[in-house]
Amino acid sequence: MYRKYFPIIAMFMVLTIILTACGGTGTVETVIETVIVEVPAEGPPAKAEILDRVLERGKVVCGGRTDLAGFGMLDEAGNNTGFDIDFCRAVAAAVLGDPTAIEVVPLTAADRGPVLQTAEVDILSRNVTWTASRDSQWGNFTTVMFYDGQGFMIRKDSGITSTADFDGGTVCVTSGTTTEQNLSDFFRQNGMEYEAVIFEESAAVYSAYEEGRCDITTSDKSQLASVRSGFADPDAHFILDITISKEPLTPAVPHGDDTWFDIVKLVSYALINAEELGITSANVEAMKSSENINVLRLLGEEGDWGYTDLGLEPDALANAIAAVGNYGQIYDRYMGPVGISFTLPRGPNELWNNGGLIYAPPVK
Amino acid sequence: MTNDHPAVRSKTNIPFYRDERILQIFAQVVSTVVIIGILIWAIINFFRAAEARNMTLTFGFLKDSAGFPISNPPIAYEPVMSTGRAFLVGLVNTLMVSGLGIVFAVILGTLIALARLSSNWLLSRIALIYIEFHRNIPLLVLLFIWYFVVFGMVPPVQESIIWPGPTFVNKRGVYLSWPRLTETGSIFMISIAIGLLLATIAYSMLRKRRKITGKETYYIPASLGLLIISFIVGWLLSGGTPFQIDSPYLDGFNYQGGLRLTPEFAGMFISLSMYTGAFIAEVIRGGIQAVDRGQIEAARAVGLSPLQVLSLVIMPQALRIIIPPMISQFLNLTKNSSLALAIGFQEVFSVGKIAINQAGRAVPVFAMIMITYLSLSLLTSFILNIYNRRIQFVLR
Repeated sequence: MYRKYFPIIAMFMVLTIILTACGGTGTVETVIETVIVEVPAEGPPAKAEILDRVLERGKVVCGGRTDLAGFGMLDEAGNNTGFDIDFCRAVAAAVLGDPTAIEVVPLTAADRGPVLQTAEVDILSRNVTWTASRDSQWGNFTTVMFYDGQGFMIRKDSGITSTADFDGGTVCVTSGTTTEQNLSDFFRQNGMEYEAVIFEESAAVYSAYEEGRCDITTSDKSQLASVRSGFADPDAHFILDITISKEPLTPAVPHGDDTWFDIVKLVSYALINAEELGITSANVEAMKSSENINVLRLLGEEGDWGYTDLGLEPDALANAIAAVGNYGQIYDRYMGPVGISFTLPRGPNELWNNGGLIYAPPVK
Repeated sequence: MTNDHPAVRSKTNIPFYRDERILQIFAQVVSTVVIIGILIWAIINFFRAAEARNMTLTFGFLKDSAGFPISNPPIAYEPVMSTGRAFLVGLVNTLMVSGLGIVFAVILGTLIALARLSSNWLLSRIALIYIEFHRNIPLLVLLFIWYFVVFGMVPPVQESIIWPGPTFVNKRGVYLSWPRLTETGSIFMISIAIGLLLATIAYSMLRKRRKITGKETYYIPASLGLLIISFIVGWLLSGGTPFQIDSPYLDGFNYQGGLRLTPEFAGMFISLSMYTGAFIAEVIRGGIQAVDRGQIEAARAVGLSPLQVLSLVIMPQALRIIIPPMISQFLNLTKNSSLALAIGFQEVFSVGKIAINQAGRAVPVFAMIMITYLSLSLLTSFILNIYNRRIQFVLR
């Protein structure tokens, strides 16, 4: 009898051990520590652990997506493109000198946190909202690349004209997102009832909405615009003119490697400053002989913007700009007036000196 | 004297490193040490890695407010409630869909197996096609077919299909008219419960007495009579209205009232029962066909009716073969319910995955999910093993 159930009992014992240890009693750990004295201490990660592995691998592994037009998608040739992907390419161009040296790992909203926590990706650039709890748990958030806010999309013939008509509605939403929480807060604050239909795959969310399972779907407004452009009849749907949350979409890097964190931040500063200074992918070579001293500094022609300490080439940022263009160029490529994916006015994503929020520290 | 015996002498002369018994013990000790060592190393490595990644391994987050909604919670749930509560909601959903799924899969499987064994060519072919279709496509595909294709073709709320009942079918689900207990309904239910208890006692007592004394005690009519009496008494006590038919009606966006099966639940439940039903049908068919033909012929020869042959000769023997593989089908069904993630039915796995994301506690949540499925599986096989042992024992 005992022998028959031994494997099960053993399994339970192992689980109990893990759980008691998880409970924070710490006794198991001390026991283990006394059993084996010499355990090679891992300690804090080496300073440039991620940069080293990127250089060794010759590739930047990027957590992204392939299902959101404008941000992360596949083009006709099957290449990863999009606003978020171009940022990865910029980093690859800066570090490795080659914008094609990236590997995109498609992630669902629910998977991206754990993947970043375990440092399976070098950068998470997958329209992630920067929140305080994610910053403390998931990894380091770099610079806000896209200021977004949550909105609602409805069918034009649904009879809904404002959020006041939402009571009792059915809402399709992606799980594991800030959207999901904002939605429940919004309905609670307004004292309205709703039925949530929750999927892990955002593709499932929008197909359920389009089929009529839900009256309303909700997400970041840029995402709704993107999804709407892919519907069979985009004009039958309508994005309400209300924003219920702040969604600063920000690339993030794993905890513990400051050098890598700095490099990724610097690349975003370079892209933003390039737009400010009028450097584009087309004129980057010509600008190397510019009169403007700030341009020369950014392009590595004068002074050290920090490349020696970070272990990069002087023209790393110039390479990044040459590869993907400045911030405005990337935006316009996908979401500008003649963007590949859809058209979305820049609004808060204008440069700071143009009435927007996009601002970066000087590169010098 | 005995020392001169060749076998004993050779044994004593063998050096320890060639003595098979010592070597066996040695091998046992070494493998135990190696296995325990690997385990300890794995655990230490796990904690070190978790610490390095700044992962918290405590369960305190279960008390924090969850913050995320759950679609159509079967028990009271609000996003302000705790993550633990959210997990419980998921667990109830898992139990509901797998419990109902198991019941319907068995019913469906039995019917299909009987059809498959039928001498009617058409019936047996239809059953064969059903079985082969369901056994040879992945469950996930079946789920998508039911959820996105079948429920996708159903009309929207305003143009609901109306079936007798009235039952309304639309994109938001299947709305059935359903009897609901009125205020006096509980009296009726209590009366039925007492009747059921008395009937069971009467049945076993009278049956036992018949076995001992050999006198007819009419145990079946007696227990049935008790049930009927309790039904009538309950009906009268509750003033003749223990139930009220609750019909769905359109109000605003959706139908209200009645019993509602959401497309997510219906899709999950239908796919699980149909898929597992096909496997169960094959298990049952195998069990029945494994009964020796001679048994059936002998039973017929002594003059048993076809029904008696089935219930007294075939089934008792077939059950012995059917039950063990049936257990694993039940376990499969329970574990397969985790695929509900794909169609938005929020059982324990899908709630767990949201909790991982919102609370950032992958390790504790996965430990909880694993323990949940492990306990469910062990419980199911424990109960069925008891049943299995009983039927095996009685027959030997």
